[in-house]
Amino acid sequence: MTEKIPVTVLTGYLGAGKTTLLNRILTEPHGKRFAVIVNEFGEVGIDNDLVVGADEEVFEMNNGCICCTVRGDLIRIIDGLMKRKGKFDAIIVETTGLADPAPVAQTFFVDEDVGARTRLDAVVTVVDAKWLGERLKDAPEAKNQIAFADVLILNKTDLVTPEELAEVEARIRAINPYAVLHKTQRSAVPLDAVLGKSAFDLDRILDIEPDFLEAGHHHHHSDDVRSVGLTVPGDLDPEKFMPWINEFTQVEGPNILRCKGILSFKDEPKRFVFQGVHMILDGDLQRDWRPDEKRESKLVFIGRNLDRAKIEKAVEACRA
Amino acid sequence: MNAPTSLTSNVAALDAGEHVFAAGFPGGVPTLALASGIIRRIVDGMPQDTAAHPDAGLVSAFVDHSGTVTGGDDGRVVRTAKDGTAELLGEEKGRWIDAVTAAPGGAVAWSAGKKVSARDEKGRLRALEAPSTPQGLVFAPKGYRLAMAHYNGVSLWFPNVEAAPEVLNWKGSHLDVVWSPDGKFVVTSMQENMLHGWRLADRKDMRMSGYPAKPRSLHWSHDGQWLATSGADAAIIWPFQDKDGPMGKAPRECGVRNAKVSRVAFHPGALVLAVGYEDNCILLARLQDGAELLVRAAVKGAGAVSALAWDKQGKRLIFGTSEGEAGVLTLP
Repeated sequence: MTEKIPVTVLTGYLGAGKTTLLNRILTEPHGKRFAVIVNEFGEVGIDNDLVVGADEEVFEMNNGCICCTVRGDLIRIIDGLMKRKGKFDAIIVETTGLADPAPVAQTFFVDEDVGARTRLDAVVTVVDAKWLGERLKDAPEAKNQIAFADVLILNKTDLVTPEELAEVEARIRAINPYAVLHKTQRSAVPLDAVLGKSAFDLDRILDIEPDFLEAGHHHHHSDDVRSVGLTVPGDLDPEKFMPWINEFTQVEGPNILRCKGILSFKDEPKRFVFQGVHMILDGDLQRDWRPDEKRESKLVFIGRNLDRAKIEKAVEACRA
Repeated sequence: MNAPTSLTSNVAALDAGEHVFAAGFPGGVPTLALASGIIRRIVDGMPQDTAAHPDAGLVSAFVDHSGTVTGGDDGRVVRTAKDGTAELLGEEKGRWIDAVTAAPGGAVAWSAGKKVSARDEKGRLRALEAPSTPQGLVFAPKGYRLAMAHYNGVSLWFPNVEAAPEVLNWKGSHLDVVWSPDGKFVVTSMQENMLHGWRLADRKDMRMSGYPAKPRSLHWSHDGQWLATSGADAAIIWPFQDKDGPMGKAPRECGVRNAKVSRVAFHPGALVLAVGYEDNCILLARLQDGAELLVRAAVKGAGAVSALAWDKQGKRLIFGTSEGEAGVLTLP
């Protein structure tokens, strides 16, 4: 099989600097050719690249799962692009400022044709340092976009004081302590910080210790989107864990924006890696546990109204 | 089980070199619609190319016995006649032409985003806004009427009549659409790996499910009594002999292999089905007894069968793959 084409999803609230970042990606000399799926024409357009206009048609899957939505236009466009293999190396999907990233991410899990030919490399969210505080109050989309991010670009840092910057960073970290965060002005970030991250393969993400989870940042409890991260030493019993995670995501699916985990299953030499969006779960055995590696399981849930104590107790009950 | 009898020595390879969108025999000439917008006609064994979409690529293609209609990412809709001359039929600036179809009489329809355009045989153009972006278009077998498959159903539109389209509702995303040769049934493939059908007389719904993948290739038998479909490890063939269509009946399965069927094409005069697989193997299967003939053995790396069509007489079968292989079978 040919290698899967990496897809970078670019999100960010209106005016955060998304288009500036996109133009930077497209104009810098990197020798790569991109297929860019944009929501409006005019602002981007580089001769070398393939620019496709999208309609952001969000469809509910007819499978009895209310939060299982996909981007129908994305399925169609990626199907079309794949017939022109060799014309581009990677795909960038730019979403509108008000878009919920879930349908975009779910498209890559739910549609088999898309999943067979492309892989979600990372969700990159551009955040406006000056206006984020306001957005978090009035726009649930802004919160969702931060919760979904694998890479966060905290932009326009020159427009705020160091104290304001620290405040905004703390608020972001309260929602999503796992994303790689870059502070920038005019979206100036090295391209390798944004592209080719393989962030969705999780290895790097979960290896980052989420120290922001710990004490010191509890004053932002008013943000209803938050994360619950767990580390369980030793092995889990898949016979107990799989039914639990399936049921948990079915019941709590609408509240869970993202979940990820690297798991150590009993009698299994390989690491089990899973991730999910709302009710959609996708998991696989990956590489072997190294002899020098401590066998333990790490899980992260990012979402609304998540009960940490309840989750801890449930996962604890799944220990082998 | 014995290996199927082989017709492989009756296959002549054609040079495609890139994804084959569609294939056929306009005017009896083997013709390939290629991803880069080239219409390649094989005349006396030599390729003759028409650049229908210069510096662009195909998004949609439809080949029949009179010519080839293609939609490009250049927003152009082009008909390439059987002699290779190209004619611009329409243009939607800055858009992809998501779907195209044509009727034997010369009418053509296409869609770009939600906008659906129909051009009758006299060249009169009408346009309509669909409820959501259509993915499949097909003309009725008789009369100037267009079916368009979209989210939550199918719209049936008389382009030359000032009336709102009739909408057949069914929740979910509908992809390809076909109309039975007797005009009584409309069937769509769906995002959720199933078919949905309507009996037009009373709009009765028909669900045909159980596919492991999306059934993206649908083809009626010449007598209109069977609908062959892709999307499983065999061609799934639904019976439409009765007024109830396939309801309450089990489909036939032909050409069971350990690979998914990607294209199907019924012979124009016999109940023989050409079955193309995702591993580029091609079989002929006889519906009556399931007897099989091998047209092409699977070749590693040659892609999935992406185009498959018979000529008018049923003497030749043309195929193409997603990795640029193509050929013509001439029956002995």
